Amino acid sequence: MQQPGAAPPSAADSRESAVIEATGLVKRFGEREALRGVSLSAERGELVAIIGPNGAGKTTLLSILARIQKPNEGGVRWPRGDVGWVPQQAAVYNKLTVSENLRLFARLEKVADVEATVERMLAQTGLDDRRDDPVSELSGGNRQRVNIAIGLLSEPEVLLLDEPSAALDPRQRERLWEFILDLAARGTTVVYSTHNVQEADRHANRLVVLADGELLFTGSPRELEGAVGSTGLDFEQAFVAFLRQHGH
Amino acid sequence: MRWLLLKDLQILRRSPFLVALLVLYPIVIALLIGFAVSRGPEKPRVAILNQVPESAQTLSLAGENVDIDKYTQQLYKAIEPVPVQSRKEALDKVKNGDALAALIVPPDLTQKLQTGLEPGQVEVFYNAEDPVKAQFVRDTIKSQVQDANTALTKKFTQIALSYLKLISTGGRISLLGQTFDVLGLQNAERIVTEAQRELPKDSAARAQLDQVTRFARLARENLNLSNGVLASVGTPIRVNSHVIKGGSTPLSSFAVAIALTFSLMFVTVLLAAGVLALEREENAFLRLVRGLVSRTGLLIEKVSLSAICALGVSLVMLGALGLFVDLAWHRFPLWLAAIVLGALGFAAMGVAIGGITREVRAASLLAVMISLPIAFLALVPSGAVSAGLYDVIRVISAIFPFKPTLEALDAALNKSGSIGGPLLHLAILTVAFTAIARLALRRFAS
Repeated sequence: MQQPGAAPPSAADSRESAVIEATGLVKRFGEREALRGVSLSAERGELVAIIGPNGAGKTTLLSILARIQKPNEGGVRWPRGDVGWVPQQAAVYNKLTVSENLRLFARLEKVADVEATVERMLAQTGLDDRRDDPVSELSGGNRQRVNIAIGLLSEPEVLLLDEPSAALDPRQRERLWEFILDLAARGTTVVYSTHNVQEADRHANRLVVLADGELLFTGSPRELEGAVGSTGLDFEQAFVAFLRQHGH
Repeated sequence: MRWLLLKDLQILRRSPFLVALLVLYPIVIALLIGFAVSRGPEKPRVAILNQVPESAQTLSLAGENVDIDKYTQQLYKAIEPVPVQSRKEALDKVKNGDALAALIVPPDLTQKLQTGLEPGQVEVFYNAEDPVKAQFVRDTIKSQVQDANTALTKKFTQIALSYLKLISTGGRISLLGQTFDVLGLQNAERIVTEAQRELPKDSAARAQLDQVTRFARLARENLNLSNGVLASVGTPIRVNSHVIKGGSTPLSSFAVAIALTFSLMFVTVLLAAGVLALEREENAFLRLVRGLVSRTGLLIEKVSLSAICALGVSLVMLGALGLFVDLAWHRFPLWLAAIVLGALGFAAMGVAIGGITREVRAASLLAVMISLPIAFLALVPSGAVSAGLYDVIRVISAIFPFKPTLEALDAALNKSGSIGGPLLHLAILTVAFTAIARLALRRFAS
């Protein structure tokens, strides 16, 4: 795993070692262009944060990478293995227990050993003691862990997370990030969108800054601060200044 | 797909209130209809003031006694009589709601009938607060009076015929305590013929007696025709019923088909619409269609789930109805075909509603808002509205599964016609509504 905040490899190196790569993505909804020629790549074990103001196109980009939507232009090179996708709202059945949810999706994913996979995910998410609890009785943080665990059932090479820590309190958020960082440490490429700029600063090797569907920046958090040029700003202030410089 | 099916059944099992509603609702409907069709309508309370003296309860017509009480008892079978002692009491009972109507029989009724100079009259007072019951009482009393009239007319006809027979063939008659011998036309003809033989052959009286004999014969022959004429007067119009369209389904059996169709519709449409919309509300839809299951596969799963549940509930309901109504169990395979195709049609309609609305509450609301009007429209009989409006109703009924399901169930349960047409109609509707649902899924997750 790369250390969060570390400088990303050069563009050429990046293309060669990229696990997932999108090039020139354009997505239109009627007259509106949600994405305008966005390119992105991520390496094995890399943590890529997609940030930007509301309506920037973060969810649209993730949904194209997750094969939920098709781009009008451009293309995506997906890994040979699976791509896990974790939607912002927990996509789980509230009437089913934690283990029943995992078992159902493991069967639908046609994993080889359903029970072993369920046990592994329960252990990995730390929800073993809540296995028989209906999901409706879990806290928001635990529900999100189940949500992520379902995205990991097929042992994907790339995990896409749409605002994974939204609506979580700080303690739940911290536990969630421990879990995600552990995944990346095991070699899973994690691409996530977030509104929380500090979170991106702390937990990303690479930032992808979108605004109005346009790719404004790709690089490390430190490179973004450097691009702003001002000193004495914290990362969030630097990010806001960067957007202003680019007319957003 | 089977894992999704099992998942939905598991979720249903953990929603006891919903399952109770889905199972109990049709059973309650079945029991209510069964109870209603196995009992006659509640007898209305009618205040009766019979002022005819005890001694005058029997009517004597030409030596024959007609017991008025016999007709009174027939009326009492159709109503709950409340005997009263005065006209005021009878009217008070109607005014204060103790009785729906009052029937006042005047003391001179039998006397008037006996003389035959003027018709007997009875008075009826109604309480019209409940128009349905008032109409029922009115019809019941009218029908019973009509029956009495018919019976009395028949009796009068018989008496008239006996008089005519007496005139034709002769005999004895008792009248006002005295017995009379009536010669009769037949005897008169015979006497005249014998008298004629004793006259000289050239007597002019022979020709005159010939005329008398011919008249007597002609009169007798024509009087013999009176039997038929008077019988026609007694019942001038007889009704011969012929069914041109539809079967001869008894009301109770048709009620079973209606109850079953209603329940099938509600259970299946609500369930199918709800379980599809639930996939979106649980945010699972996009996760499922990312490659785990196709959109069409998901629809087929929801349609199958709803049809299976509806089939189970319908069979339970038929079992309950069977306690009240005779059902032709040997036609069970046809019932099964009608229920399965009906359930599939309703389920496809349900997923179309669920796909369009995308929310469980909105889906349930729309399901009820569509189902009720199409059910009522499908029950509008031809002739009840103008021809143009009925054509519109027929078209609307044809694009929803209620009418073909009712026709298929009626055909299966009651042998009321061909079942093939309705089943084919339902199969087409199933495909059409599933296609609509599939189109709706394009924007389902947005």
